[in-house]
Amino acid sequence: MKPAPFGYLRPESVAEACEALARHGEEARILAGGQSLGAMLNMRLVRPALLVDINRLDTLSKIEVTNEAVITGAMVRQADALADARIRNNVPLLSMALPHVGHYQTRNRGTLGGSVAHADPSAEIPLVLATLGGEVELKSARRTRRVRAGDFFRSALVTARAPEEVITALHWPAAGQRTRYAFEEFSVRGGDYAIVAVACALDEERRSVRLGFGGCGEAPQVVELGYGPEAIAQIAADAAGKIECRADLQASTAYRRNLAVVLARRVLTAASMRQAVSA
Amino acid sequence: MIEVRASEKVRIRFILNGREIGGEAEPRMLLADFLRHVLHAHGTHVGCEHGICGACTVLLDGRAVRSCLLYAVQVDGAHIQTVEGLGPGEGKLNDLQDAFRRHHALQCGFCTAGILISATQFLAEYPQPSGDEVREMLSGHICRCTGYHGIVEAILDTARRRAAAKAQHERAG
Repeated sequence: MKPAPFGYLRPESVAEACEALARHGEEARILAGGQSLGAMLNMRLVRPALLVDINRLDTLSKIEVTNEAVITGAMVRQADALADARIRNNVPLLSMALPHVGHYQTRNRGTLGGSVAHADPSAEIPLVLATLGGEVELKSARRTRRVRAGDFFRSALVTARAPEEVITALHWPAAGQRTRYAFEEFSVRGGDYAIVAVACALDEERRSVRLGFGGCGEAPQVVELGYGPEAIAQIAADAAGKIECRADLQASTAYRRNLAVVLARRVLTAASMRQAVSA
Repeated sequence: MIEVRASEKVRIRFILNGREIGGEAEPRMLLADFLRHVLHAHGTHVGCEHGICGACTVLLDGRAVRSCLLYAVQVDGAHIQTVEGLGPGEGKLNDLQDAFRRHHALQCGFCTAGILISATQFLAEYPQPSGDEVREMLSGHICRCTGYHGIVEAILDTARRRAAAKAQHERAG
């Protein structure tokens, strides 16, 4: 199908984008990589009056590394993030998750910020951001603010972003020296929506683990538990017992929860093995 | 800043297969439709129109992207390469296309243009890929004729021949 008619606005600065959003409010949609929005437009699931195309705002494509975090501009393409050594070294969990995002061809165009803005319940990038306790930076004509991932993802396709705000950057906490990571997901076909995805950040020093579950509820769900290498099966079962699991055409609640247990066990095992190798 | 009303047509210019071209389109016109219906470049095929099947894949500034998820107005000033731009001349095949023929990597041909385009970027990025890497890249395309085996073989064969040619060139040079 073809999209319903829309106006097109291409700003030359973030300020111009904010101004356009202030003027048009909910009538406008921001066009980032367009790998989700484009499909929704073509299927006429959305009919915005105006698209604000931020693809030429080069200031949103930067990657910055500080002592505490890696800050990725909202328009960093998924393929570029996957190839970036700074991300691989400082946010390894994101590098592990990115191969599961869409396909080779859609990662060429799809962006980190676009995936976060879209907030699909099974999307990997929001899941990693929530698991790591990262933040979303938002800008409007009036103010700039940062929202914790846990507060940002409210429900399926619903976020804390106001209609006049544009996501400008994502803040990814830098990997702890003694934290080990792993990522696993199950989908029917490669690149398809994950029925369940699990991200793991295992802090060896604090003997605690954060397990993030995607595809289970309406938004990423993160459980933090104590960790001991002898208790992996128990931790996986406990974590999966604490989350909400929805039912849909692909999987029942019981199936999803079982899958969550299995994948949680796998990521815990993989992360603890990494610990053994580097010790 | 550029602002175009929904009903307004905008003039678009870009480089298609090395030649500067132009045309007019409303903002909602997909790049795939602009190529086919305005420029009459029918080599790029349109399948699902939501980014899954891969038939409409073109190179945008050297990167394989879905032309059904791009609007023509977005690529103003860009370099676009389609299947028509792969061969060395009218009716001639490049090495990758020739490998597709030798390995029976197509039957109906509907998906082929998109796969050739993806493989073009992929081989530039991964000159000596593994079969698994080729399959991972190919998961972004749907082919209902071949079962993919011939396609994987054709891409691996092209990689091997290019590597051999490069080694020979380096020895000679």
